[in-house]
Amino acid sequence: MGGIANMIRFVLKKLLFIFVSLFVLASATFFLMKAIPGNPFMSEKEIPKAIKAMLEAKYGLNEPIWKQYLTYMNNLLHLDLGMSMKQQYTTVASIIGTGFLYSLQLGIFAIILSIVAGVTLGIIAALNHRKFLDTFTIFIAVLGVSIPNFVVASGLQYFLGVKLRWFNVAGLNDPTDYVLPMIALAVLPAAFIARLTRSSMLEVLTADYIKTARSKGLSGRVILVRHALRNAILPVVTYIGPMTANIITGSVVVEQIFGIGGLGKFFVNSITNRDYTLIMGLTLFYAVILMAARFLTDLAYAFIDPRIKLSGRKEG
Amino acid sequence: MAIGNAETPKTLPTSDAHLTKADFAKLDKSEKKGELVVRESISAWKDAWLRLRSNKYAMVSLVVLLLIVLMAIIGQSIAGYDYRSQDLMETNIKPNADHWFGTDDLGRDMFARTWMGAGISLQVGLYAALVDLMIGVIMGGIMGYFGGKVDEILNRFCEIMYSIPNMLIVILLIVVMEPSMFTIVLALSITGWISMAWIVRGQIMQLKNQEYVLASRSLGAGAGRILFRHLIPNAMGPIIVTLTMTVPNAIFAEAFLSFLGLGVQSPAASLGTMINDALKAMTIYPWRMLFPAVLISLTMLCFNIFGDGLRDALDPKMKK
Repeated sequence: MGGIANMIRFVLKKLLFIFVSLFVLASATFFLMKAIPGNPFMSEKEIPKAIKAMLEAKYGLNEPIWKQYLTYMNNLLHLDLGMSMKQQYTTVASIIGTGFLYSLQLGIFAIILSIVAGVTLGIIAALNHRKFLDTFTIFIAVLGVSIPNFVVASGLQYFLGVKLRWFNVAGLNDPTDYVLPMIALAVLPAAFIARLTRSSMLEVLTADYIKTARSKGLSGRVILVRHALRNAILPVVTYIGPMTANIITGSVVVEQIFGIGGLGKFFVNSITNRDYTLIMGLTLFYAVILMAARFLTDLAYAFIDPRIKLSGRKEG
Repeated sequence: MAIGNAETPKTLPTSDAHLTKADFAKLDKSEKKGELVVRESISAWKDAWLRLRSNKYAMVSLVVLLLIVLMAIIGQSIAGYDYRSQDLMETNIKPNADHWFGTDDLGRDMFARTWMGAGISLQVGLYAALVDLMIGVIMGGIMGYFGGKVDEILNRFCEIMYSIPNMLIVILLIVVMEPSMFTIVLALSITGWISMAWIVRGQIMQLKNQEYVLASRSLGAGAGRILFRHLIPNAMGPIIVTLTMTVPNAIFAEAFLSFLGLGVQSPAASLGTMINDALKAMTIYPWRMLFPAVLISLTMLCFNIFGDGLRDALDPKMKK
């Protein structure tokens, strides 16, 4: 059949694509940052010429632009993201290293929470099709998609943290500190997953094999879990890629609000400080994570659903 | 065995037995119009509108949206205050009869600012949607209609552009350019048009083999005419649905940019920038957050519900 060869070709094609996209993004970030008028070392105080020249030499800014570009690209190939321009003696890689730990933890918890909550809500809605619970769940889901996450995050912080004092307002020192940021991150993806699960569940529940299962006399629970849910969960898998994107943008906001020293907070700070090397490094890092997530989605989808031809282009 | 079959001929009423010669008589001329369609014929658009009108959630959302647009236009004149005028004696006051939504940290009237911000947010959404529409329809039309090499090259380009996380590009662009409504819309549309182009492309590919295209071509119509007079109008349903979804996405994106301090700059404000300003002092002056936050959520909610309703109305097959 050539299934394996097909698979390898598919994976190679995707990897090539990721490589090209990263190359485009890296070039784009480089030239965009170069296009900014002025220089990162401009400040209110006049810097002595000699010091300025030394600084520029240190960051290679005195070289012609094509040479800077080649150096930058070469460094990237060696996974060297350079030094932070605002935090002295700190490499971009080390900043990413410290921040990523928190962001990853939070992100994984949020992904688990949103999948569990979203799938549960979706099933509840589908099983109560056109009844009160369905309308109610759908309303909650639409609401979840509609409220910007900084409103959710600050609302949670204000009511549960400041007013009721159930949780700490900021930081990540106690296990309970994870609760609020996690919820704030999970609302949007959970709402999406609930809608996806509901509509695919409704489709699956009318399928012939469910009727067969029912006429065989299987219990409702077995039908639900073994037959319906397994198939209904497929579209949710395609959502892994966009969900990662949502969680990342969400984490930028949530970490800032809850004062968590993760990647998102560094990202906001790097933008407000105009720390160009850090912005570039974080952008590329985020891009790698997102593309890895999309790649895994494509792969997972191809594995789970044998009906999918590996050549098909993914959506979303 | 086949009991049922054996019995059917007997039980079946032989209807022609009732027919008499009179039934075969020529009809009078007055009855000639018997088969004329009396009911007014319903166009696809009218049909969609009828379906949409019966969806009460969508209609309520539409009304609320129109109200928000109206208030965004007239809200400032009702407020009695200019959105820019500062009053440092009256900063951070609670909503009262004079300042209906209170004032912000510079004593600016929040009622005027909220509606002005709603206007800016809506404009960002609208302009982004329009730019997406223009680029997306042209690119998608070209890809779908010409196919072949042109399609392949453009499609590859789109795929690469699309695979770059768009929010990152948007942020980078705004960091480089000065944040303003123009640059925000520009940055949002740089990657935003791609999904529109794909929708149009898919539609055109389905439609271009229809007979009316062949008819038009045999009458000597050029590609431009076929595309814009015949194909695009027939693909309008999905295009409109995509558009209604683009608007809230752009509003969301603008709010996110505002959060990063890359939104519309002071003294102008979008809902996002107002929320961001209010966040800094939320524990002390929570009401400053309330109105912009509720308004942006309400706007998004209405767009989402209306967009869903519109999709169901324009494409009843999709309805779940």
